[in-house]
Amino acid sequence: MTVAAGIVESAHPLLDVEHLTMRFGGLVAIDDVSFAAAPSDITAIIGPNGAGKTTVFNCLTGFYRPTVGRLTLRRNGQEHLLERMEGHHIAQAGVARTFQNIRLFSQMSVLENLIVAQHNKLMGASGFTVLGLIGMRSYSDAEAEAVELAKYWLEKTELVERADDDAGNLAYGQQRRLEIARAMCTEPALLCLDEPAAGLNPRESAELEDLLLFIRDTHDVGILLIEHDMSVVMEISDHIVVLDYGQKIADGTPEEIRKDPAVIRAYLGEEGK
Amino acid sequence: MRAALKESGLASLVMLALMALMVGVRIADVPGGLEIQWRYADVIAALVSVFFGRLGLILMREGRPMSMAVVGGVVSVVLLVLLVIAPISDAEPHWARAALPFSGYVVNVLLLIVLAALSLRAVAIMRRGPISAPSQASESVMDRISASVQEYSRYIVPFLLAAAILFPFTPLADRQMVDIAILVVTYVMLGWGLNIVVGLAGLLDLGYVAFYAVGAYAYALLATEMGLGFWLCLPFAGMMAALAGVILGFPVLRLRGDYLAIVTLGFGEMIRIILLNWYEVTNGPDGISGIPRPTFFGLPFVRSPAEGVESFHSFFGMTYAPIDRIIFLYYVILVMALITNQFTLRIRKLPVGRAWEALREDETASQSLGINPRNTKLTAFGIGAMFGGFAGSFFATRQGFISPESFTFIESAVILAIVVLGGMGSQIGVVLAAILLIGLPEIFRELQEFRMLAFGAAMVLIMIWRPRGLLAFRAPTIRLFGNGTGKR
Amino acid sequence: MLGTFEYFVDQTINGLTLGSIYALIAIGYTLVYGIIGMINFAHGEIFMIGAFHALIAFLVLGLIGITWIPLAILIVLIATMVLTSIYGWTLERVAYRPLRGSPRLAALITAIGMSIFLQNYVQLLQGARNKPMQQLFSGGIELMREGDYVVTLSYLQIFIFLLTITLMTVLTLIIHRTSLGRSQRACEQDRGMAALLGVNVDRTISLTFVMGAALAAVAGLIFLMNYGVIDFYIGFLAGIKAFTAAVLGGIGSVPGAMLGGFLIGLIEAYWSGYFTVEYKDVAAFSILVLVLIFRPTGLLGSPDIEKV
Repeated sequence: MTVAAGIVESAHPLLDVEHLTMRFGGLVAIDDVSFAAAPSDITAIIGPNGAGKTTVFNCLTGFYRPTVGRLTLRRNGQEHLLERMEGHHIAQAGVARTFQNIRLFSQMSVLENLIVAQHNKLMGASGFTVLGLIGMRSYSDAEAEAVELAKYWLEKTELVERADDDAGNLAYGQQRRLEIARAMCTEPALLCLDEPAAGLNPRESAELEDLLLFIRDTHDVGILLIEHDMSVVMEISDHIVVLDYGQKIADGTPEEIRKDPAVIRAYLGEEGK
Repeated sequence: MRAALKESGLASLVMLALMALMVGVRIADVPGGLEIQWRYADVIAALVSVFFGRLGLILMREGRPMSMAVVGGVVSVVLLVLLVIAPISDAEPHWARAALPFSGYVVNVLLLIVLAALSLRAVAIMRRGPISAPSQASESVMDRISASVQEYSRYIVPFLLAAAILFPFTPLADRQMVDIAILVVTYVMLGWGLNIVVGLAGLLDLGYVAFYAVGAYAYALLATEMGLGFWLCLPFAGMMAALAGVILGFPVLRLRGDYLAIVTLGFGEMIRIILLNWYEVTNGPDGISGIPRPTFFGLPFVRSPAEGVESFHSFFGMTYAPIDRIIFLYYVILVMALITNQFTLRIRKLPVGRAWEALREDETASQSLGINPRNTKLTAFGIGAMFGGFAGSFFATRQGFISPESFTFIESAVILAIVVLGGMGSQIGVVLAAILLIGLPEIFRELQEFRMLAFGAAMVLIMIWRPRGLLAFRAPTIRLFGNGTGKR
Repeated sequence: MLGTFEYFVDQTINGLTLGSIYALIAIGYTLVYGIIGMINFAHGEIFMIGAFHALIAFLVLGLIGITWIPLAILIVLIATMVLTSIYGWTLERVAYRPLRGSPRLAALITAIGMSIFLQNYVQLLQGARNKPMQQLFSGGIELMREGDYVVTLSYLQIFIFLLTITLMTVLTLIIHRTSLGRSQRACEQDRGMAALLGVNVDRTISLTFVMGAALAAVAGLIFLMNYGVIDFYIGFLAGIKAFTAAVLGGIGSVPGAMLGGFLIGLIEAYWSGYFTVEYKDVAAFSILVLVLIFRPTGLLGSPDIEKV
């Protein structure tokens, strides 16, 4: 059984994107794109600049409301229709993301960034602030737990040393890693990474690959990855979706994509395009 | 040199255009119309000052501070002598006064300050060579100061607190000083309340006075119409203000920063206009008078209480002193302010507080982490409004009379300025700014007419100097290593 | 009377006069917002300073004996525009330029500070009392009559409309036909790129403030001539309403500001004419809130797709 066949056969993929279309006025940014992402797979979305990759992310995370289409997230036997939900509900349902231009809370400390990511869990423990204000024990326990989780991801991203520094003072590569750690602190089912390797040097890229594989393998999290660095994509992806001018032109394993004539045409721009 | 002269000439030309009609001519009201009075001596004095000041600055920049130091120093000394003599000499004609360049005494003082500062700077350059990037240097100095204020806050805060508690018993505290202190603490409380909205949640609210007004009117109406006491009404007034905050905030809180600012300004004005025109309830521009004073657990502060009521002084077997009531009011507002402060410090370490700060930093990222931006902002807006409402009730009970005139935009601007100038999010910064902006002008009453002018100028200058406020320093709400000694 | 067509026409004329003032001020907000993305909160004060310049200039001309009205108005117009635009230039140079690139909040606080400063500056220099001025010319064209109720279009109003339309035409030509206009539009799109391509960004921004202030000065002159009384506080309300006009039209869009100005003027006139005068300011604020909630891009603004 090939991996691609496995995806098609799997009756319950983690994420189903069906007929996704996004128009801005007259501009069609995404045109009837469908694909699926299996749980515990790294699914890469690639394509030339302006192909609509980030727009797919923005639809998935509720930042844009899709013009047409159905986005289904399956978690613990429950189905969430993402296209109808607001951004924060999508996050609560289990979709976490990072941003192409890093968006950290730069004046807050690294640790605080990770605690904020556990907002909803802590909010409940603080009795929606009332119990927390009068200093209830249950809240401080929950906070200690949150710190433990944050510490775990700090260790995985090698940022423990910088825990009390302002996030804005981290080096670029560290900020990228912190953004992934912050997304993981929401304990997601699907992690959407928007160009996580952009601007990283080869050593940092290799570390990133290890981190993503670790997340996939030990935390049972599906990863959706937008990336321009083909070496990273080919190395770690289980499944690749290729977009061009808002349309899906190919979908398959790295092997298949490498050989796909449509993909080669889109990237190398042969005549006839 | 030619270029320097040209630049100075241009600067004085701009000055001339600015002053030609606005300063050079004064419209005087005379019976039957307007008349104009010429004031060209002042314009010429200003042009000369600007020309030579600019020239001196250019020379300083080019590394020739000598002339500035010498000429500036000499002129400063002469000015100082004249300024000292002018008010005390009785000789006619007032030669000292006539020799002063400007007709306004304060303007001369200002000139002296600027000139003296420039000359000292020139001397400093002569001794140590050019100071590189002066603004950066001052930035880091202030940063260090605010960091150390934060670091030593363990010692500073108890000291300030003790000073605030003991203040009424110091010889300094006459009736006027306690009154000023009450005013300052009221603004400190308002600043701390608004700080939740602006400093923590990053929502620029230019209509905070609306909630102050709602609290004041809520208490005033409940007290005068239904005869309820201050302590009973206080929570209710706060709730009314919070409700107003939530209702007003609900539709507009998704607007971006400066749009939100203008809309809140509009709300502030709308509430004032409604108070002004809703005669049946608010009594319009005449306001509400006869608002009852707070009691000490039911004991009123009056010389001769009504039948069957014991007053504060007789209960404690003291002789009646009118200042007792003022001091009591001072402690009331002090306690209310401290509660606001403690509330803020605590809520900052709770999930809501961190979510506020996260929203301030990046709303999109916060939402992607599952934070509901609208509700979270509404809590900030509502809680901030609630403290504004408490302060408003206090204002009403202290004054005994309120009218829409007390709740103009300028009040909102003053409260916002206290928050921003103090350093957003900094609790001590608010105290410092309130003392600077409210206390000092009250003490120097003679300069009252310049108060708002200086106020506006201070806002501009401090923002240019330190865009993040005087004592801008943010300590993390939680640490992985140790606790806040600056070392890991 | 209240229900007649004549009354309606009368209110329309009033509204358009008021609208001319709002439109001219609103252009300044929109130009500045377009180019540096800040709300120049002190712009209302520039309008107020323009009105004061105009009044003082009239008084000075009266003193030195220039009483031929057309000449006096011409001189006052030019003097007011020039002197007030220097205020606009200085405002940008002293208060806003050092803060370019600082947080938006800092720039807005500075603008509020400047607004408070300028108000009190004028109050200190010229006193807090109302300053009345007698009417310069009277009379007009009778448009229609209904019993005793006569609708006239006064010569002053004709002058105001002509002046406003002329200035708006000139402004449109400047923006679309001159190199300054090209630089402005370039800076609006991308300031950094414009600088790389040799546009003098500082100069362009300065000139934008100068243009805005000059138009606000004319608005001040019109206000003075139409209402005949000014004080140091007129800039606050007029400024907010003009800002509302700019938002209604779509902030950043010059035709939008013109349209918004006239609309706000008309709404206010009809509101005071048919409902209650007391709440006319509430009407303006309500429009601002409603527009921002339901159509933040205004009537003629271009939608702005947020990117992440």
